Amino acid sequence: MSELREILGETVTRLFADLCTKDLLEKADAGEWPQELWTTVVENGLSQPLLPEEKGGVGAGWQAAYVILHAAGRYAAPIPLAETVLAGWLLDQAGMDVPEGVLSVVPDVAGISLSTSGGIAGDALNVPWAARADYLVGLARQDGGLAVYLAPKEAFTATADQNIARDPRDAVRFDGTAQVATAPASFNAETLRLYGAMVRSAQMAGALERILEDTLEYTGDRTQFGKPIGKFQVIQQNLAMTAAEIAAAVMAAQNAFRAAEQGTPDFEAACAKVLAGDAAGVATDICHETHGAIGFTYEHHLHFFTRRLWSWRGEFGAETEWAERLGRRVAARGPDALWSDITARQSANV
Amino acid sequence: MTALHFEPGELPPEAEELRLEVRDFLAEAMATVSVDLRARNWTAWNSEFSRKLGERGWIGMTWPKKYGGSERSFLERYVLLEELLAAGAPVGFHWIADRQSGPLILRFGTEEQRKSILPGITRGETAFGIGMSEPNSGSDLASVRTKATKVDGGYLINGSKIWTSGAHMANYLVALFRTSSSDEDRHNGLTQFLVDMKNTNGIDVRPIRNMTGDHDFNQVFFEDAFIPETMRVGNEGDGWKQVTTELAFERSGPERYLSSFPLVKEVVGEAGQDPSEREAIGIGRMIARAATFREMSLSVSGMLEAGKNPNIEAAVMKELGVGFEQKIPGMAHDLFGASPRLSHGSDFETTMAYITQANVSFSLRGGTREIVRGIIARGLGMR
Repeated sequence: MSELREILGETVTRLFADLCTKDLLEKADAGEWPQELWTTVVENGLSQPLLPEEKGGVGAGWQAAYVILHAAGRYAAPIPLAETVLAGWLLDQAGMDVPEGVLSVVPDVAGISLSTSGGIAGDALNVPWAARADYLVGLARQDGGLAVYLAPKEAFTATADQNIARDPRDAVRFDGTAQVATAPASFNAETLRLYGAMVRSAQMAGALERILEDTLEYTGDRTQFGKPIGKFQVIQQNLAMTAAEIAAAVMAAQNAFRAAEQGTPDFEAACAKVLAGDAAGVATDICHETHGAIGFTYEHHLHFFTRRLWSWRGEFGAETEWAERLGRRVAARGPDALWSDITARQSANV
Repeated sequence: MTALHFEPGELPPEAEELRLEVRDFLAEAMATVSVDLRARNWTAWNSEFSRKLGERGWIGMTWPKKYGGSERSFLERYVLLEELLAAGAPVGFHWIADRQSGPLILRFGTEEQRKSILPGITRGETAFGIGMSEPNSGSDLASVRTKATKVDGGYLINGSKIWTSGAHMANYLVALFRTSSSDEDRHNGLTQFLVDMKNTNGIDVRPIRNMTGDHDFNQVFFEDAFIPETMRVGNEGDGWKQVTTELAFERSGPERYLSSFPLVKEVVGEAGQDPSEREAIGIGRMIARAATFREMSLSVSGMLEAGKNPNIEAAVMKELGVGFEQKIPGMAHDLFGASPRLSHGSDFETTMAYITQANVSFSLRGGTREIVRGIIARGLGMR
C-alpha cells in the first residue's frame, strides 16, 4: 500500500472511531441524521475523493476511495458516503459539474424516463437516503441513448423506507413536471450497478474485518467451562475458516478498486461482490454463533455491522446475480480462453 | 489481533514475457500428454518432461547460477508455476525438489551439498521425496521416532517413514529423524538428513497403493541404514525449525488452488457456450474464487520476493485453495449429475473420475485442514 493511502487510512479510521459511537448508531437507527459526522467527513475532503481538485475534489483515485469506504464500513457509518462518491463519479464521467451537498444514486435505470428537454418521470424503490439527499443522480434512457441526470430535491418526492440496517432506502417519485440537467453517458446501463456493487464490496470488507476483530476479542474475554472460549479448538477452527473467507473478500475488493483505477473493473468488481456476499454469509453466521445470545440483543453492537452486511449483500446485486454474469461471460469465451482471460486481467493492469 | 494482510501484487514485464514463452513451450510439450496425466497435474511424475523444463532453466530458477539456477525472481517463478499447473503439466518429478528440498538445502545445507545436489535438480535429473510422517506420527509430527544414532563418520537409521510420495523413484529423501529421545527434547531432538535412495544399504521401499489405484506413496523402512555425517542438513536438533520453514514453502504455492484446474476447464466446456442459469452461477462462483485466490497466491509470492516470512498467509492460502479445489467435483456433480466411466469416457469423465477420488487427499497433504486452521488461529492470536 502506498504511504499516502496508509496515512489516509489512519486519518479516516481515527475520524470514524471518534464519531461513529454506539450512541450515534442508535440515534441513526431511530431516524436522527448525524450532521456532525457528515460535516466532518465533508470538511476532511472525504466525500469526493475521486473528483479532480478543480472540481472540488482531491483527485485521489479509486484506491484511496477504497480506504475511505472500507473505514466507513468498519464503523458502520450511517451516512450516504458511498452514494455521494458514486454520484460524484457518475456526474464527472458525464462531464457534469458536481454540486456540494448530500448526493445519492437511483439504482434503478429502467423505471425512470427522460424527455429531450430533461423532463423526468417515473418511480424507483430502494433509493438510498433519498429523503436526506440534496440531489439524486441516476441513469435513464433519453432520445434513444443513455443519459446521466442530476435531480435537485425539488424534482422528486421521497417516501421514507428502510433496509434492515435501518438505513434509509426510500421510494422516489419523479412526477414529470421538473426539468433536470442531463448529459449523455459514456457507458452502458450496467455500469452503475457494477460500480455500486464495487463500493458496497469495500464497505462490506470493512464490516467483515470489524466483526471478526470483535468476535476474536469476545472469545478472549468470555469464559466458559473454566477457560476463555477462544481456547476451544472448535471455536478456533470456525474463526480460522471465517478469517480466511474474509481475507479473500478483502483481497477481491482491493483488487476491484485497483482495476477501477486502471480501467474498467467489469470482471473484478463482479468477483468482489460474489466474494463479499459469500464471506458475509459465513462470517455473520459464525460471529453470531460465537457471541451466543448477547450478540442477538439490541444492546450489543454486533448487529450494527451484521444488519448492514445483510443489507449490502443484496444491494446492487446478490452474489448469484454477479456469479451468473461471470459464468455467462466465461462460458461464451469457452474453456480454452479461460486461463488466459484470468491472467490477462492482471497483466493488463501492469 | 494480527491482521491477515494480502497486498495486491503486480507482475513485472519480464514475468509476462516469460508467460508467453511458457505458453509456447506448453503448446508443443502438452500435445502428447494424456488427459489422465493432466488430471494428475503436479503429482504426475514424468522425468522426460522435467528434463525439458530443466533445459530451459525452469527448475530452481530463483537459485544462484553457481548451483545451476537462473537467478530469476520469485514472481517469474510464480508465473511459470501457474502456467504449468493451469495446463495440467506432469511436473511431479521435480516439483518437491524445486518447491522445498532445493530451497531447504540452499538455506540450511552445506556448500558441498549445494554443489553436489542442486545442479542435478535444476537439470530435471534429481528427484526428491519428503520423509516426515511415520506410522504413528502424522499431524503430531514432533512425535516422530525413527532414530538416527551417532556412529563413527555418520548415523545409523532405524525405523520407518510412511506416505512418502515417489520414494520408489526419488534420488533423495529429505527425512526428519530423532537424534535425541529425552522428554525435554521432543522438538529439539530432531534433525534433517539427505537420504541417498539409490546408494544406501538397509533401506526397503514398499508400495502403498492409494484408492485411485495409483502407486504414488510408500512406506520406507530403515534398518541400520548408514548416512554419512556430510548428509546432515543443518545442526543436530535444528530439524523442527527447518521443517516448519519447509512446510511454509509447501503450503503457499499456486498448486494449492490449481490442482483441480483441469476439471474446472472441463466443467466450462461441458456447460457449453450458452449455459443454463444454474450452470452459469456455478461457473461464475468458481471463477470468482479462482481469480481471487490467484491474486492472493501472487501476493504471497510478492512477500517471498520481498524477503518476508508469510507463514500465516500461506496457511490461509492453503485453507482457501484446498477448500476451493475440493468443491469442484461436487459442483460438477450438481451441475451434470455425471457418473464417470473409467474406460471409454469423455475427457470430462476421465478428469472427473480421477479428481472425485483424489480430491480427499488434497486437504491432507501439507497438513490437514484442522492443522492448517490451527496455524491460522495462532496467527489470529487465539493460541
